[in-house]
Amino acid sequence: MALLQSGHALRRMLGLTAGRAAFGASASRYLATDTTQMTVRDALNSAMDEEMARDDKVYVLGEEVAEYQGAYKITRGLLQKYGPERVKDTPITEAGFCGIAVGSAFAGLKPVCEFMTWNFALQAIDHIINSAAKTLYMSAGDINCPIVFRGPNGAAAGVAAQHSQCFAAWYSSVPGLKVLAPYDSEDARGLLKAAIRDPDPVVFLENELLYGTAFPVTPQVLDKDFVLPIGKAKVMRAGTHVTLVSFSKMVGFCLKAAEELAAEGIECEVINLRSIKPLDRDTILASARKTHRVIAVEEGWPQCGVSAEISAVVTEQAFDDLDAPVMRITGSEVPMPYATNLEELALPHVEDIIKGVKKILNKA
Amino acid sequence: GDCKQRLPSCRQCSRTTARANMAVVHALQGGLLRSLQQSSITLTAAAGGARTFATALDKNVVTVEVAPYQTHKIEAPSTTVETTVGELAKMYYSMFRMRRMEVAADMQYKAKLIRGFCHLYDGQEAVLEGIEAALTPQDSIITSYRDHCHAVSRGGTVASVMAELFGRATGKTHGIGGSMHMYNRQHNFYGGNGIVGAQIPLGAGVAFAHKYKKEPNVCVAMYGDGAANQGQKYEALNMAGLWDLPVIFVCENNHYGMGTAAWRSAKSPLYYTRGDYIPGIKADGMDVLAVKQVVAFAKAHVLAKGPIILELDTYRYHGHSMSDPGSTYRTRDEINSMRQQRDPVERVKKLLIENGYPAEEVKRMEREVKQDVDSAVEAAKAAPIPPPEWLWRNMYQDPCDSEMRKVDGTHVKPTFDRSYKV
Repeated sequence: MALLQSGHALRRMLGLTAGRAAFGASASRYLATDTTQMTVRDALNSAMDEEMARDDKVYVLGEEVAEYQGAYKITRGLLQKYGPERVKDTPITEAGFCGIAVGSAFAGLKPVCEFMTWNFALQAIDHIINSAAKTLYMSAGDINCPIVFRGPNGAAAGVAAQHSQCFAAWYSSVPGLKVLAPYDSEDARGLLKAAIRDPDPVVFLENELLYGTAFPVTPQVLDKDFVLPIGKAKVMRAGTHVTLVSFSKMVGFCLKAAEELAAEGIECEVINLRSIKPLDRDTILASARKTHRVIAVEEGWPQCGVSAEISAVVTEQAFDDLDAPVMRITGSEVPMPYATNLEELALPHVEDIIKGVKKILNKA
Repeated sequence: GDCKQRLPSCRQCSRTTARANMAVVHALQGGLLRSLQQSSITLTAAAGGARTFATALDKNVVTVEVAPYQTHKIEAPSTTVETTVGELAKMYYSMFRMRRMEVAADMQYKAKLIRGFCHLYDGQEAVLEGIEAALTPQDSIITSYRDHCHAVSRGGTVASVMAELFGRATGKTHGIGGSMHMYNRQHNFYGGNGIVGAQIPLGAGVAFAHKYKKEPNVCVAMYGDGAANQGQKYEALNMAGLWDLPVIFVCENNHYGMGTAAWRSAKSPLYYTRGDYIPGIKADGMDVLAVKQVVAFAKAHVLAKGPIILELDTYRYHGHSMSDPGSTYRTRDEINSMRQQRDPVERVKKLLIENGYPAEEVKRMEREVKQDVDSAVEAAKAAPIPPPEWLWRNMYQDPCDSEMRKVDGTHVKPTFDRSYKV
């Protein structure tokens, strides 16, 4: 999708402030000789490619995944390599093709069901929840559902209200689902490969604006058996003064904020959740007990959001270690508007995180 | 075995072996050993331990003319159906058992031993029996919440169904699923689905898997006249047609979607034509032989040419569920005249007796079924309730690092454990 935004707004969307390089703090932790650059798009593509080569029960279906090479080119080249029986273009009928994918998973196949965006999955949500998530339980363990539902989630740029919702909170409340949200290319590869190998239904929430972003990847990450554990968060950056917890694109914003705050002597610990369900409460709580101040950052709406869950967990289990209430920095509680300036007001930015950190430290 | 796919843990291979090992031989009165003639009979016999009562007549061929089929974009199957006395006896036994089980469920629901939703199948026995008679155990079935009889015909027992309705540990899904959620993957039965219409694309997906794995099998996706208006059905028909999926869509038209008669919910109640480009056939769903014939025809068609819709005209004696008396939107006259003129179980019994089947043998079968159902009820009453630990089982096949929260805020690690030993 072409991003028809002004250059400045675009850089804000991508978490780049004026004059800074991309990639955030993680770039400095790798030796140039060890790593290569890989975009999130290529990370997802290579993950699917390798898993399809490894297990011939894995197949991909969705709108434009085959001949168009993917609406966002995530499935580029797969049709040519694996043929039309394993890479299937569907009509624009989410309820139907999601149901077909889930039924095929019950019968032993391993579908990767792409939603062009997670907004369209609302048409199929009954199959995600009532068919996929609950059947193993209702069948007393008889019928599992090894399916991955994947696609871009949350705000893109200028796509307005019906194309910008974040669904992390909704899906992560359902027992029987696993919900993953990669940030960088290592996450994308390791989590998608783990999801495809997983015997349970996985909701895989990508981010359109990160598809084109390149991140360093080590040879270990490029290994065809590289998988990340489901349910484990990653501490992207160690710190002592405040804990920033987030997922997906907001991880990049938190890293950027941390870099800028470091110049002022404020050391932020940045946690990349990677997994919303199971939620890695242990990592979050250990960090809370260390820094005594927690800010949960997400792009989605505040009421009953992922950050609300983090706030409840930290308050219940680390209350005595807190020097301040858990702070939430979330998207504005509005349907996404179109005009650039209004869209900016609807989403959190690096400056909002910086302000929040200073406020929680009483340095505002 | 003969698996060409060489897929890891290929279910087709394991099923082939199981079938070969399952020689169904019954000792009958007088010590006669008889092996059953047809795989469909093998399935029905194996499930629930049905007995055959050998008589000298069993191999006698019976030729029956069924009512003409109505067709849409396809030729009609022959209305001349050949069966044997032995097959008719098996069908009667099986259908009589379905009837008795559902009537027992009605009584136990009124006794408050069954709670929640309970959707009964009595009146519709010929539909399922005819389908099973035409399929093999390697074919798949998926249906709605009106699934008690399917749970028996697909590798279950009356006892396990009754215990499940009572919510006991010995139930088909160990008290976790309930009336609407019974399954048997080994017997290719995918439930038991509570959301109206959801089973239709799911069934097309099961068929997709059969085709993907190059298995010569079909999936029968069953739904009612109420579900026939669902959008996802049309989405599934479209993809089934585009991709030549081996799915037989079966509309069990019992003329009422809960309290709404078909003429009030469907602009076109000609359900067998509603697939447009998908051919359709309508048959008398109260005649088990008509059903068997059309399903056998449909299976051959589907494996060669792609999906088909079958509309089977049937009737449910009960209301939509036990919460519905079924008489506020239908007349008692209508219900009674169905019983008197078109009852599917009586029809088979009549055919059996007309073809010389001994009345004592019929009575013997009926006694055995009654005993099976009565002892199932007694066993269910005596069965234990599921232990609390079972609450946390089998949400995930691989729990990873999940910890599920309890009411009191503490956490439990969920397990994957199918043993369910009491």
